[in-house]
Amino acid sequence: MRPFEYVSPNDKAQAVSSLATTWGKTEILAGGTDLLALMKDDVISPRRLVNIKSIKDLQGISSDAQGMRIGALTTLGDLADDDSIRKNYPALAEAVLEVASPQIRNQATLGGNLCQRPRCWYFRNGFGLLPKDQHGKELVAAGENRYHAILANDGPAKFVSPSTIVPVLIAYGAKIRVEGPKGKRELALEKFFVVPKTEGNREHDLRPNEIVTEVFLPPTQDVEAAHYEVRQKAAFDWPLAVAAVALRMRGTTVQSARVVLGYVAPVPWPSLEAELILTGRPVTEEIAQQAAVAALKDAQPLRHNAYKVQLARVAVKRAILKAASGVAA
Amino acid sequence: MRDPDQKPENPEPKREDTTNDSGVSRRDFLKISGISVALPLVAGPQAILAAGQQVPVLGPGKVAMEFTINGETCKASLEPRVTLLDALRDQFDFTGAKRVCDRGECGACTVLMDNKPIYACSVLAIEAQNKPIITVESLMQAGKLHPIQQAFVDHDASQCGFCTPGFVVACKALLDRHAHPTPEEVRHGLSGNFCRCGTYDGIRNAVAQAAAQHVPKDGV
Repeated sequence: MRPFEYVSPNDKAQAVSSLATTWGKTEILAGGTDLLALMKDDVISPRRLVNIKSIKDLQGISSDAQGMRIGALTTLGDLADDDSIRKNYPALAEAVLEVASPQIRNQATLGGNLCQRPRCWYFRNGFGLLPKDQHGKELVAAGENRYHAILANDGPAKFVSPSTIVPVLIAYGAKIRVEGPKGKRELALEKFFVVPKTEGNREHDLRPNEIVTEVFLPPTQDVEAAHYEVRQKAAFDWPLAVAAVALRMRGTTVQSARVVLGYVAPVPWPSLEAELILTGRPVTEEIAQQAAVAALKDAQPLRHNAYKVQLARVAVKRAILKAASGVAA
Repeated sequence: MRDPDQKPENPEPKREDTTNDSGVSRRDFLKISGISVALPLVAGPQAILAAGQQVPVLGPGKVAMEFTINGETCKASLEPRVTLLDALRDQFDFTGAKRVCDRGECGACTVLMDNKPIYACSVLAIEAQNKPIITVESLMQAGKLHPIQQAFVDHDASQCGFCTPGFVVACKALLDRHAHPTPEEVRHGLSGNFCRCGTYDGIRNAVAQAAAQHVPKDGV
């Protein structure tokens, strides 16, 4: 790891002022589980780390009639253990418990999970976020792409969005708040993720001197939600496909639905097609299957990842059926 | 708050030269140091002005740090880039935690921080100050193996042994949390540790034996 200087501001304004206005010079240190690995591998070499863990405003979980506020510094371990999260957002608690390992969950933060960098092995080996060779040829399409995107992969970005809990957060209707030199802004969590078009861009709608401060979840009355991951290993593995589903029910009929896929595109992937099929119908295996097929109808696999299309369909179908299993038929 | 638009386009990480009581600016300080050739190992206090407040800047040179490891106070001067694992092993000779992957993937460096298991390779030493650190070295008391260690021996739960210290600490953390874990809780609780020799069966049996005995929560 290259040398860097280290600052620990006590409040958000100090943290924002301690950050550079361009990428590369400074990085935010929260749990550090992703950041330190990237620095050890020289993928990034910031000259300053801004440790935000002393900022009290970024901690804590609280709830009121508007829903839940989760501070960005909440560790994944604390999130999974929180009684109100387990009671009101059980699919989120389940997804969080499946993230990495106990050691990682004790250290990693919610904000860091949202801001972690892609797992693309070209990126992690220093070829950049949109990897190209010296002649400008795209490396992923011509190379090893079995874990890469099957949707929205027609541009230079072929990596998959790395968070396993973002799909279920989006399905629950999460909002994210970020704070920068011009104050706060709040956006739907799905808008926080963007497909970078040039190498200088990042995959988040976050400026270099902004910090993620909290996540908000709306109340979940009448919502049945589920999360499903397809993985090679039972634990401590990155998934091959993720699906999260939240169904707002009226009796046994779906009044509205959110279906969000993960690990299929450079961004988390809400499927309006699947939501449309579910809306206004009772959930049956056949409907779930139709929704799964619709969710992947635009899939364009690369040379080695066609297998992911079927895995993603399976994830969507099983997540729908799992969510609906809580509804009395 | 400083208006970001007034910031230079490409700012060096900023160190305002206003905090030095000696009246010597950073630039002067560097000039003087350059003339006298020998740079001090521990740099003097520096700070940046952020949102109207002085925020101390530590490093990139060595910084005086203090840790509480197995109840002992340990002091060292370390660069901010030193991980807790390297500090434990190279500065304080606690070599129980092993450096294997150094990427938070294998679990061989597992220690307890604030009584929770963490990967010492994935925490900066500078952040581990003021938090109690427990390493595998503290488990054996008065020449007697900890019940978890004894259970590893009894069930032949190690082969090459390199993952064993991390596993023992992870098992302690698991049993502190679930005194009588279900098989599923054992699998999930130990999922952050790898044994490439494949002694998982012995480890699961060791956990069962240790769980059947009394394992005190705090007293290691």
